[in-house]
Amino acid sequence: KQPSRRRSGRPARRPATMEKARPLWANPLQFVFACISYAVGLGNVWRFPYLCQMYGGGSFLVPYLIMLIVEGMPLLYLELAVGQRMRQGSIGAWRTISPYLSGVGVASVVVSFFLSMYYNVINAWAFWYLFHSFQDPLPWSVCPLNANHTGFDAECEQASSTKYFWYRKTLNISPSIQDSGSLQWEPALCLLLAWLVVYLCILRGTESTGKVVYFTASMPYCVLIIYLIRGLTLHGATNPGSGIGGLVPFELEQLANPKAWINAATQIFFSLGLGFGSLIAFASYNEPSNNCQKHAIIVSLINSSTSIFASVVTFSIYGFKATFNYESCLNKVILLLTNSFDLEDGFLTASNLEQVKGYLASTYPDQYSKVFPLIKNCSLESELDTAVQGTGLAFIVYTEAIKNMEVSQLWSVLYFFMLLMLGIGSMLGNTAAILTPLTDSKAISRHLPKEAISGLVCLLNCAVGLVFTLEAGNYWFDIFNDYAATLSLLLIVLVETIAVCYVYGLRRFESDLQAMTGRTLSWYWKIMWAGVSPLLIISLLLFYLSDYILTGTLQYQAWDASQGQLVTKDYPAYALAVIGLLVASSTMCIPLVALGTFVWRRLRRGDPAPVA
Amino acid sequence: MWWLLFFLVTAIRAELCQPDAENAFKVRLSIRTALGDKAVSGEPAKEYRINKVVFLWSVKISPNRRTRKISHVLLCNITQRVSFWFVVTDPTKNYTLPADEIQSAIRMNRNRINSAFSLNDQTLEFLKIPSTLAPPTDPSVPIWIIIFGVVFCIVIVAITLLVLSGIRQRRRKNKEPSEVDDTEDKSENTITIENGIPCDPLDTKGWHINDTFMTEDERLTPL
Repeated sequence: KQPSRRRSGRPARRPATMEKARPLWANPLQFVFACISYAVGLGNVWRFPYLCQMYGGGSFLVPYLIMLIVEGMPLLYLELAVGQRMRQGSIGAWRTISPYLSGVGVASVVVSFFLSMYYNVINAWAFWYLFHSFQDPLPWSVCPLNANHTGFDAECEQASSTKYFWYRKTLNISPSIQDSGSLQWEPALCLLLAWLVVYLCILRGTESTGKVVYFTASMPYCVLIIYLIRGLTLHGATNPGSGIGGLVPFELEQLANPKAWINAATQIFFSLGLGFGSLIAFASYNEPSNNCQKHAIIVSLINSSTSIFASVVTFSIYGFKATFNYESCLNKVILLLTNSFDLEDGFLTASNLEQVKGYLASTYPDQYSKVFPLIKNCSLESELDTAVQGTGLAFIVYTEAIKNMEVSQLWSVLYFFMLLMLGIGSMLGNTAAILTPLTDSKAISRHLPKEAISGLVCLLNCAVGLVFTLEAGNYWFDIFNDYAATLSLLLIVLVETIAVCYVYGLRRFESDLQAMTGRTLSWYWKIMWAGVSPLLIISLLLFYLSDYILTGTLQYQAWDASQGQLVTKDYPAYALAVIGLLVASSTMCIPLVALGTFVWRRLRRGDPAPVA
Repeated sequence: MWWLLFFLVTAIRAELCQPDAENAFKVRLSIRTALGDKAVSGEPAKEYRINKVVFLWSVKISPNRRTRKISHVLLCNITQRVSFWFVVTDPTKNYTLPADEIQSAIRMNRNRINSAFSLNDQTLEFLKIPSTLAPPTDPSVPIWIIIFGVVFCIVIVAITLLVLSGIRQRRRKNKEPSEVDDTEDKSENTITIENGIPCDPLDTKGWHINDTFMTEDERLTPL
């Protein structure tokens, strides 16, 4: 009998602790767009083209697609299914599966926290470049003048104007990680703006996020299509051996290279954003009857095809940039020879250069030997060989190509706006992974409204993220980028798969899904979840661990202002300690929480049983 | 014909104007680069170009000096590149004017010299005279700060609106159930009067609950 029944005819007041209905996506399309917006991020644009170039162009697609089918789709489906079934954020979902395994959820939240701390700095840089794109000429296209206005700044001359703008004007980078330097107020302002924009999007939960993702998911494709059309019509984009030609070669021997397969597996894994808890969070806002199998397949296919699409664009940009640099190099050599030998202006062209060089060498040997060391050997192949990834690709290589296009301001604005959309889309997922467990927890949501929780999380992340706006900030950024999420995620997803298949029970999960969606689970998924995917993850883990152990000291690339290029340095001890802490703080959550739950339960069992 | 004249002039003053002579400067013209397809090609055209250059040159070379005569500027070693050496002599043509003066005169009037020939610093080079590069025009407030300020204000306004509307919505939701309950309380507490006789309000004294009727937990179904 309910103790709240009252004796008068008055209707009972609604009990204060009644559950509010869980917010839902307004329609399944919002959910799909949210997942696409989260999964399609900067990695598709700046990591996949690099991998293609390193591992034999078109032949990289073979391990990539195989890994997609064997690893990507099953794991994505698993996470979406768990989220949709448990209808809670990562901590709550794993607690439901087994109270000892809620550490997996905690680890996911910790990793998401690290990720959102450093990921939004990229959005800050994108804002910085975007705001600077409204100038004529673009600030990274010309070097600034030196003190007495007779020439260009020395550092800029050594490097290039785009590298100078990135390393000096944007980052104001210090020579090593030990020189922390001061806080740079310009990137700090941009970081603040980036967090405000993220807060604006997540402020109302699925209500606001659901509408924003329509835009953040679709807009990058518009820009990519525009860039594809422009890129293919650029001079040098379709040269054989450059541009699109980069994707055409099919080197079968690369298929035998284990590194290609490992990188394909890693790329699929991280590109889909598994293990952060974002997918579980998004799926928890679904209707229970939602067909998440179909959505998992759609999202993973769209993610991979976007990577391939972005590579085509990137390769055409590469081709254009390489051809442009090659031709400038040739022009410099022509000018040098024309001036040294007082030849008629316009006599030397690219076609007769070699002949004339031979003629000059034989006719004026002394003079030629004086000039010879200054003549650079211009080679299109060496220009194309520079494979770049990461922030270097996005902010140096692309800007260098853009500054040589006509109406460069327009292309620049489009490009950085696209980067922003990709980055903010991923940030929505990251923050959802942190906020959903917090808002699910009754202890917190009873005292604070949703807006306040989001605000506090954003404020905390912004405050810690200011570290990345120091002069040495980019070095810390690289540490977080390389170590915060890599090893821990592999472990988290491995434990997730084992938890669902063996702790919760695959049959039980299968019947849950059937009851929830009305569809039977195909044998393919069962084999993948129970056997193939865990084995794959274990092999990836072993590879990475052995790689770290064999490498010895960890090193990083530091910018040397006097030489105008990157040099390799060793990490100091405290940086190594931070790296260890990053990895340990997330991975240790799993055993620690399991141990803690075990101890807690033993203590509770010791007490007399509480009144039910 | 001019060509012969110059030969004559330069031959007379050959000792004053020589490559690497004291106070001599080398000039380099890249006419084809400057004019592109519009450049006239061929020998007579080249002659014409050099003469035009030299003539205009001499008029402009030292505007703050007494020497304004064409013969005070001596040219030598004209090459196919189109480059040549020149010296500026004093009216007596006995000695050349010091390099510093020439250098400062050219640096100050570089723009006028360039525009007279429709060339720029790259196509009309004076070796050993570094050109003063034009500093980029910096507006008083950098453009990016203006755009940043605009976007920042828009975002702050949008956040404030959303937060305020959220607070208002929550306040409305909190008021509703209590309002609904209040009206029901009131309706239960007011004494209904029919035909002047007050009906006794439902009274809790001495009641027994009849369980068969009170099976529902709530009279009102939740929304």
